[in-house]
Amino acid sequence: MPKLSVWLVRASLVYFGIGITLGAVLLAGRGLANGPWIAGLRPLHAELLLYGWTLQLIMGVAYWILPRFRTGPERGHPTLPWAAFGLLNLGVLLAALGTAPGSGPSGMLLGRGLETLGALAFVAHALPRIKAFGTR
Amino acid sequence: MPQLTRWYLRAAMLHLGGALVLGLLLQLPQIRATLPFIAVMFPALLHLLVVGWITQVIFGVAYWLFPRYSAEQPRGSERLGWITFVSLNAGLLLRLIGEPAHQLGRDTAGLLVASALLQLVAGWAFILNTWPRLRER
Repeated sequence: MPKLSVWLVRASLVYFGIGITLGAVLLAGRGLANGPWIAGLRPLHAELLLYGWTLQLIMGVAYWILPRFRTGPERGHPTLPWAAFGLLNLGVLLAALGTAPGSGPSGMLLGRGLETLGALAFVAHALPRIKAFGTR
Repeated sequence: MPQLTRWYLRAAMLHLGGALVLGLLLQLPQIRATLPFIAVMFPALLHLLVVGWITQVIFGVAYWLFPRYSAEQPRGSERLGWITFVSLNAGLLLRLIGEPAHQLGRDTAGLLVASALLQLVAGWAFILNTWPRLRER
């Protein structure tokens, strides 16, 4: 597994661990307390699990297993996928902070923007690798 | 494909089937009117899809295909793998009973807490078993 995939998948596992812990608090809290602060965790729970876990895990595995090039760097130039890793994680952190009660819309907007740029950087990297094995 | 992965994928498909049927039932006004237990199952539908289907497929395929831990234990701890599988499915099934009943005013705190703890154990057991397999080669 290449270094970038290790970083992407490990980061996704960190978000997964935090996200499921929040999910357990949400579910158990419905039975025990059901206060408004518990329901307020739901956007953070969804943010971490959808963008931090699922999207990032898919990027990590795709970088690892998509067909490689026969000439030049086997997985293409690494700048774009590393930029995707940085942008996505910065975006998830900002968007996560943006889910806090009382935070304005700018943190969430900036976070979403960085997540989108990260995803686009990854798509730009991955598109040429969607090809038959052994070609190019 | 290891035996545990086959169990993950079969269970995932059962959850997918259940979720699709539930999604269909939730669209039928007669069902929602006559079966209140079904009418409040939208959160359960979401978690059947996201946990029972997507997460479980990820767990099964990762257990199968991620880099080997060692020659003796290529997939890490098989025990942790089974703990993940059993806890995840038991936790999700408890949620399917406890959450709608709670919505209808029944006291299901024990079920919900047990479901939360089981799913938490499943997730962290997966992380513990998967993390050491993520190595650069």
